[in-house]
Amino acid sequence: MAKLTIPQEELMSSGHIGCLGCGATLAMRYLLKALGKRTMVTIPAGCIAIMSGIYPRSFLKVPLLDVAFETTAASASGIRAALDAKGIKDVYVVGFGGDGGTADIGIQALSGTAERGDNIIYVMYDNEAYMNTGIQRSSATPFGAWTTTTPVGTTGDFKKRPKKNMVEIMVAHDIPYAATASVSYPEDFVKKVQKAKDMDGTKFFHVFSPCPTGWRFSPEMTIQMGVLAYQTTVFPMYEVENGVYRVTKKPAKRKPVTEYLKLQGRFKHLDDETIEIIQKNVDKNWEMLLAKAEFTKKYAE
Amino acid sequence: MPMDVMTGNSAQAYGAKLARAEVVAAYPITPQTTVVEKLADLVASGEMKSQYIKVESEHSAMAACIAASATGARAYTATAAHGLALMHEMLIWAAGSRLPIVMGNINRAMAPPWSVWADYQDSIAERDTGWMQFYCQNNQEVLDTVIQAYKVAENHDILLPAMVMEDAFYLSHTFEPVDVPPQKDVDDFLPPYDPPIKLDVDNPVGLWALVPPDHYMEFRFKIAKAMEDSRKVIQEVDEEWEKKFGRSHGGLVERYRMEDADAAIIAAGTMSSTARVAVDNMRDKGKKVGLARLRVFRPFPYEEIRQIAKEVDSIGVLDRSYTFGHGGAFYTETAGALYQAPERPHVKNYVIGIGGRDIPPKEIEGILEKVLSKEDGGEVEWWGLRTSGSREVN
Repeated sequence: MAKLTIPQEELMSSGHIGCLGCGATLAMRYLLKALGKRTMVTIPAGCIAIMSGIYPRSFLKVPLLDVAFETTAASASGIRAALDAKGIKDVYVVGFGGDGGTADIGIQALSGTAERGDNIIYVMYDNEAYMNTGIQRSSATPFGAWTTTTPVGTTGDFKKRPKKNMVEIMVAHDIPYAATASVSYPEDFVKKVQKAKDMDGTKFFHVFSPCPTGWRFSPEMTIQMGVLAYQTTVFPMYEVENGVYRVTKKPAKRKPVTEYLKLQGRFKHLDDETIEIIQKNVDKNWEMLLAKAEFTKKYAE
Repeated sequence: MPMDVMTGNSAQAYGAKLARAEVVAAYPITPQTTVVEKLADLVASGEMKSQYIKVESEHSAMAACIAASATGARAYTATAAHGLALMHEMLIWAAGSRLPIVMGNINRAMAPPWSVWADYQDSIAERDTGWMQFYCQNNQEVLDTVIQAYKVAENHDILLPAMVMEDAFYLSHTFEPVDVPPQKDVDDFLPPYDPPIKLDVDNPVGLWALVPPDHYMEFRFKIAKAMEDSRKVIQEVDEEWEKKFGRSHGGLVERYRMEDADAAIIAAGTMSSTARVAVDNMRDKGKKVGLARLRVFRPFPYEEIRQIAKEVDSIGVLDRSYTFGHGGAFYTETAGALYQAPERPHVKNYVIGIGGRDIPPKEIEGILEKVLSKEDGGEVEWWGLRTSGSREVN
């Protein structure tokens, strides 16, 4: 029998009210398994704030602070400052926001926290749109996607700009650790969190969290969607430690992006020509990632 | 008694230091900047033991203060004008969270057009956020009120945040003698912050989740109740301060030469000091006038205002801000309080000193003459406009 590598203690209750097949709930569950119960979590508006349940309930067995949409990182900084003021050193502080709350409205506060180097863990659970409000495009929505504010229509009005690269933005802040992870690969995610959690400074995780409701796929396919995103390298697995890139999981053979796109209703309008643009962009990003890993490895300590 | 000489902004910073604020999160803005600089010096020299987060905006300053306070730390920040406006969302969040954060606000006019001078539109616009509002008339009061405000705010029956206002430049950058009380005496007056609930890994709670209509109204009612109850606590804390430190700041409303007065003006902040000179000059001429200084605007001291209404025939309310649509806020609140009063004197609004325009004693004497004469001709008058013609908006 294979050895269990993920802690068994559950710090997130199963009684949350997330959608069937929600990827984001898994991100929270694995994160807390990796950090343990001496952890405080702050969450902004978004799916995660609703999943927690209605007053007086909470879905976490650790302290949980609901905060305003754009304040996740500043709030985590405030919790850390208070703990420091009290001399409490053995508690992890987590900001856990969606892609809208992180890459759009919360990016200013996050940039401030990262630039100051505040000792917190920030997790962006990425479901690639404003899902809680009903699938509006965010800066993390990928090129080509339908959303309710990129409704395709009769004019081909799908999202025309690529996804904002949050890991690159965070690396530019010279933080000790930034990484991608996926709810489809919990061992990889947990390992990365355990590696980074005691580093001093701001740690950033971009966690791929498929959303059956917003991406228009069947809820039992959430994990498969993450697997395909990895296998196509639409969403590669890597980490950046003090500026040094390392690909943490590499698919033996990259699958064509169509295998990922064709299972999702949000991409069903795409013609072959547009899919080709997506494939070329994914190819380029993958090659650039490998080149960065190759180029920066000499700086590894 | 040996006195220090310091600006209002230094008095803010020393107030926060003496209150042992454990977390400071602040962002610079004119004319508040010397508060954040002074706090930085006090922390850098080791005189003040605080975690000081140099945030990237006022919005984050208040967010960080909220999270720190929710984690059980005494939190302080200071701002002005546009900084306060940027915080607006988080001001409501702080009060809704029932967190006793204390904030200095250096009252400054709002742009456009750009202005850095004294005006109350910034804090008046935050009237409905659930923060207590103290308006100070001198630097001693600034220092004392920061400490008093924590004591009121942290009272378990209150648990509401408080703003301590000072007028841009008239106090913020003006040096005055200030008695800095010994730390030990302040410690005796203000015990450590002991919140009834906080983030704690040994007793985990989830705070501020979604509340449906069958509970939300009660949350709001409790804020309303706490704000009502704060009147008594503000008065008691000021009286306790007087017993311990030998000076009172008047509780909610400070009265000046109101004995046997026929007419009174209601004013706040530094123009009250000027108004005292004007009242003295008028009294020298045998005119029975007095001053009621609004030290606290939230909660609104309606009982004190009704008491004044019993004593005088005519009231002039001086507003250093305007609520576009009808009257200055001090006026409309005063008039609102008086509707339920058994005696309703003549009341008129004078909008004055907007954007830091100077208010010499003779201007207030002119207003006092009009108040005494119970002159009709409109409810609201803009006083001291450069334009000729009508100064009365209605």
